Amino acid sequence: NSHNSSGGSTLLGYIGIDTIIEQMRKKTMKTGFDFNIMVVGHSGLGKSTLVNTLFKSHVSRKSAGWARDEKIPKTVEIKAVSHVIEEGGVKMKLTVVDTPGFGDQINNDNCWEPISKYINEQYEKFLKEEVNITRKKRIPDTRVHCCIYFISPTGHFLRQLDTEFMKRLSHSVNIIPVIAKADTMTLEERQEFKQRVRKELEVSGIEFYPQKEFDEDMEDKSDNDKIREAMPFAVVGSDKEYQVNGKRVLGRKTAWGIVEVENPNHCEFAQLRDFLIRSHLQDLKEVTHNIHYETYRAKRLNENGGLRDEPALPLTLYRLLF
Amino acid sequence: IGEAVNDTEIDIKDKGVRPLSLAGHVGFDSLPDQLVNKSICQGFCFNILCIGETGIGKSTLMDTLFNTNFENFESSHFEPQVKLRAQTYDLQESNVRLRLTVVNTVGFGDQMNKQESYQPVVDYIDRQFESYLQEELKIKRSLHNYHDSRVHACLYFISPSGHSLKSLDLVTMKKLDSKVNIIPVIAKADTISKSELHKFKIKIMSELVSNGVQIYQFPLDDETVAKVNTTMNGHLPFAVVGSTEEVSVGNKMVKARQYPWGVVQVENENHCDFVKLREMLICVNMEDLREQTHTRHYELYRRCKLEEMGFKDTDPECKPVSLQQTYEAKRQEFLVELQKREDEMRQMFVQRVKEKEAELKEAERELQSRFEHLKRIHADEKATLEEKKRLLDEDQSSFSKRRAAAQLLQAQSLTANGKKDKDRKK
Repeated sequence: NSHNSSGGSTLLGYIGIDTIIEQMRKKTMKTGFDFNIMVVGHSGLGKSTLVNTLFKSHVSRKSAGWARDEKIPKTVEIKAVSHVIEEGGVKMKLTVVDTPGFGDQINNDNCWEPISKYINEQYEKFLKEEVNITRKKRIPDTRVHCCIYFISPTGHFLRQLDTEFMKRLSHSVNIIPVIAKADTMTLEERQEFKQRVRKELEVSGIEFYPQKEFDEDMEDKSDNDKIREAMPFAVVGSDKEYQVNGKRVLGRKTAWGIVEVENPNHCEFAQLRDFLIRSHLQDLKEVTHNIHYETYRAKRLNENGGLRDEPALPLTLYRLLF
Repeated sequence: IGEAVNDTEIDIKDKGVRPLSLAGHVGFDSLPDQLVNKSICQGFCFNILCIGETGIGKSTLMDTLFNTNFENFESSHFEPQVKLRAQTYDLQESNVRLRLTVVNTVGFGDQMNKQESYQPVVDYIDRQFESYLQEELKIKRSLHNYHDSRVHACLYFISPSGHSLKSLDLVTMKKLDSKVNIIPVIAKADTISKSELHKFKIKIMSELVSNGVQIYQFPLDDETVAKVNTTMNGHLPFAVVGSTEEVSVGNKMVKARQYPWGVVQVENENHCDFVKLREMLICVNMEDLREQTHTRHYELYRRCKLEEMGFKDTDPECKPVSLQQTYEAKRQEFLVELQKREDEMRQMFVQRVKEKEAELKEAERELQSRFEHLKRIHADEKATLEEKKRLLDEDQSSFSKRRAAAQLLQAQSLTANGKKDKDRKK
């Protein structure tokens, strides 16, 4: 930790202030965590499989071949499914928000609108609870903490829909772009595609998560720079296990070999998982709460003719009146 | 991968949310660490309020608790009113940075009339809540960077009389118990004998209960600390002794107070409850104290304040709008009031102007008539003078005529005489 302590009184012995860490940890374990993840991309890109692979559980209901029993929805639908999972004493309520129908129509104009609407509705729900006079001890959090955007592995460029969606939504939600079904490209093709995609994202001014402007300090920035340079991660998902070199691994079996999902030489799934779950999960929630939600709230409060220039709302007014 | 329901308890709120078992290690068990690391980066705030009579040992106890020498001022006993003095310190232990604020009362219990003694304390606590509420209500706010000054723990120092609580104590604690976590302590406990102390504690607790004073209860919901907290709840109020002086006992230097008849060791649990206080206040419940302040005391303050301002939770359909609507309505009222006052002022102004105008006109008229009067007088005088002048002129001209006539006569008579003389000479 590279922070300096501003000089104050010097301690002449151990007191026990540092026990607050344990106290805090215990409290958070007791209350549990919420995490809401949204997946966006046209059908067939392996969204559900990826999420199930990430959380090693059937958290996302796979649309088992829509050609057979389900039709392509006429508009983009929003389907949120929640499960409680536990690991190491940590309880998490995970909500996976699926967006079937996105990018599947002939005319995909404005197909991001139902998604944008859903995201804002969750902010609105939270805001409503927050401004109550009598508030709940813990406001239920349904806000989308992370939106994984699946890029089709065409190998060439981003589609117009991709840039349109990401441009419009990157300011209201954390977007993590991934290259889906990475096993359809060779490593070289993958690298080239990644470079091209990153260049396009930069040119279009799309700030995906982790956003540069929210890096808190130099340490943060250097950690996040490494991640940003490796994004978008090229991933493969699978819920089937195979025997490889005496070990049971998750993979995809093809005639020419087994693609090992968690093998960093085969794809970048492990990197995505470590980044998303093991190091930045809490940060995703904090950026959503401290930045995206605050932006929504400020806009909303300004809309209703509130005092535009004055920072404090009713209290100053009341002091004037009474 | 199965979907078997495992038998961990389901959160009551999430009834209907299925639990799933995991087929392998996912890694979100690092979440508490991720959260804690962020808090470490930000640092922690802890604010203690010490209420007690002058000289009862508040500052010494703080020094002893935090093993340090805070700047201390000796207060006089002649303060006309109770004041509060807050001092903030930055402490660090391993990687934990703590911003500690110690607030002491000054002059508490020194006045003749102590009826209003509690008020400055209540005001201080409310002011911190108000500050937070103001920030929370801002349009552009930054709550996660906010330096939290709300009082997390209030140590109430009870005088070691050995008998019972003073009425000042009861009144003050009653006013504070819904605003702050109160932890009563018996100060200078080395002046009471052990048997007296036991009776004293029982008396105090029963007085608190019979007066309905809600002091802070160490929480029992977490099994790992429930047992020790239950025991500690039974030792309240803690009988403490503070000292920063060290005395050699055996082969160690310990914090103690040296008397001719013995040495009172601060950290000896047989001598006083100092260690218990430190355990409870810092090592076990510091986070709970902060949480209770935020989720209970602050929420109560906020609710009361907003209701006072006329906000209500109306129908569930329009929350932020209703806050805005009520606000808009109040704003309209305010603007109408403003307009009314403006009109009143304008009227008053117009009235004044009229009055002044009338005054000035009157003055002008007066001036004018005076002027006319003077003018007339002047004209009269002028006429008089001119008349005089005319007479004078007339006089003068008649005089000159007569003189001219006289001269002529004289001249004539001279020439006539001259002729006569001439004639005579002939």
